[in-house]
Amino acid sequence: MSIDLCLQLSRGEFLLDAKLSLPSHGVSVIFGRSGSGKTLLLRALAGLEKAQGSVCFNGEYWQDNENFLPTHQRPVGFVFQEASLLAHLDVRSNLDFSYRRIPANQRRIQFDDAVQLLGIGDLLTHKSQALSGGQRQRVAIAQALLTSPQLLLMDEPLASLDADSKAEILPYLEKLRDELDMPMLYVTHAADEMAQLADTLVLIDNGRVQACGLLNELLTDPTLSVAHLYEAAAVVDATVLSHDEHYQLTTVNTPGGSLIVPRSPLPAGSEIRVRILARDVSIALAPIQHSSILNSLVSRIIDISADNDAARVLVRLDLNGTHILSRITRRSADTLGLSAGMQVHVQIKAVALMR
Amino acid sequence: MNGEDLAAIWLTAKLAGIVTLLLLMGSAPMAWWLARTSSRWKAPLTALFTLPMVLPPTVIGFYLLLLLGPNGFVGKITQALGLGFLPFTFGGLVVASMIYSLPFVMQPLKNSFEMIDARQLEVAATLRASPWQTFFSVVLPQAKPGFITATVLGFAHTVGEFGVVLMIGGNIPDQTRVVSVQIYDHVEAMQYSNAHALSAVLLLFSFCVLLLIGMRRRGNYFVN
Repeated sequence: MSIDLCLQLSRGEFLLDAKLSLPSHGVSVIFGRSGSGKTLLLRALAGLEKAQGSVCFNGEYWQDNENFLPTHQRPVGFVFQEASLLAHLDVRSNLDFSYRRIPANQRRIQFDDAVQLLGIGDLLTHKSQALSGGQRQRVAIAQALLTSPQLLLMDEPLASLDADSKAEILPYLEKLRDELDMPMLYVTHAADEMAQLADTLVLIDNGRVQACGLLNELLTDPTLSVAHLYEAAAVVDATVLSHDEHYQLTTVNTPGGSLIVPRSPLPAGSEIRVRILARDVSIALAPIQHSSILNSLVSRIIDISADNDAARVLVRLDLNGTHILSRITRRSADTLGLSAGMQVHVQIKAVALMR
Repeated sequence: MNGEDLAAIWLTAKLAGIVTLLLLMGSAPMAWWLARTSSRWKAPLTALFTLPMVLPPTVIGFYLLLLLGPNGFVGKITQALGLGFLPFTFGGLVVASMIYSLPFVMQPLKNSFEMIDARQLEVAATLRASPWQTFFSVVLPQAKPGFITATVLGFAHTVGEFGVVLMIGGNIPDQTRVVSVQIYDHVEAMQYSNAHALSAVLLLFSFCVLLLIGMRRRGNYFVN
């Protein structure tokens, strides 16, 4: 089961030329800079842009050389960047607008479930213009869900929100991912959203797909530009082991050993995800004692590559099959005599809990 | 006010009502197309549809008379269809009034269509509404102020016409003798009190119309 697309579309000087095959489950994040063509790609997938080429969803062609299914006949839900509700309708009528068009036997999400999932029960009688940005976006997401889509497309849904509203919406997005069996394509240029939501990562630049694969494999691939971002990071799967109520810390288990992270609200045994920024990882040849840094793991160097910053290098480290990155100065790498295959002690200054 | 006056008022109301209704239905699709298209025909067509607003009514009437008459292109067609000739009939008056009042209906509609964000149409499409369903459930409700303004202006403007009526309609009781022509007759015959009564009716009507539009803050006060 997959989403296969091969789309070409020109907009003046800009050419989108994307060939891509994505799993039709989980969250695929399309990540790229502003103007990289990621929004255009999503719009073409929804049929909002008339691109050349083909789109095939689980064996069903939405468009090919001869046929073009218009947007309203494609089983997608679309969430726009600036939450766009129908201006002349209140919240309930906005939700009904999509819900009543779906025959009852094809509804996979009921009205009340969507309302509850997005926490918008109190807003139903409000005018759509009277809502805050975050509220509007939640209603827009519920509205998209009520079309019972087979694929949910989200175009930077948090990009035009302030930090508070972002923090308000993100948990809902995670809930969607975890509670609904609905594949999502999520476009963003924000590395933290990408790290938080993605199962599959698609890197797009200048209208072309640079890479597509499992999140952490791409994040830690030094040949890709995403590994050289200032906020370059690895995202590692982990399990909650125990909580320390006194210090408000949680111990989690990763393939490379246990890590101490800020107190997680999740019970022991929960699957979580931690994000480790390359700039927060330092390397030592021997275990360091008497340090304020809590997390230290033993690892092996896979390779060392040049960074965009001539003063630094990017070290890829192996933690029993999971990779993380460390960005250290070239001088330190030379002083320590680091080379591929060496066993080293890795110190992690900060570990961010992603879920 | 005598029976003839009342007949003229009734005829005027009937004419304006029919003309407005036909114009709303006929010009809405064209206004929608003009509001959305980037075709090179947009500018010339917009100019063409605005022409009746600036041309003297007698010019419109003159051309229509030629066009609809026995030697005119349309006249030949109507005759071939067994409809006879349109000039100096109520039907001819309807046709002429539609052309005369077209810009006053078309412009408010076009303006209100242009004000609808294209994103609203995209949202409707992603919510599974077909283009027709979108037109009826999103475009029409959101363009309501434009429809109200178009209705009021189209009706009022048809009521107020004189030149075109004289050219194409003449002065036939119950057929083409509308209020403005009736007033003219009264004045010609020095029946000033009758002229006063009818004029007052039109004056009051026109004032109320403008007041109504002015009170609708979102409406386009006049063609802009």
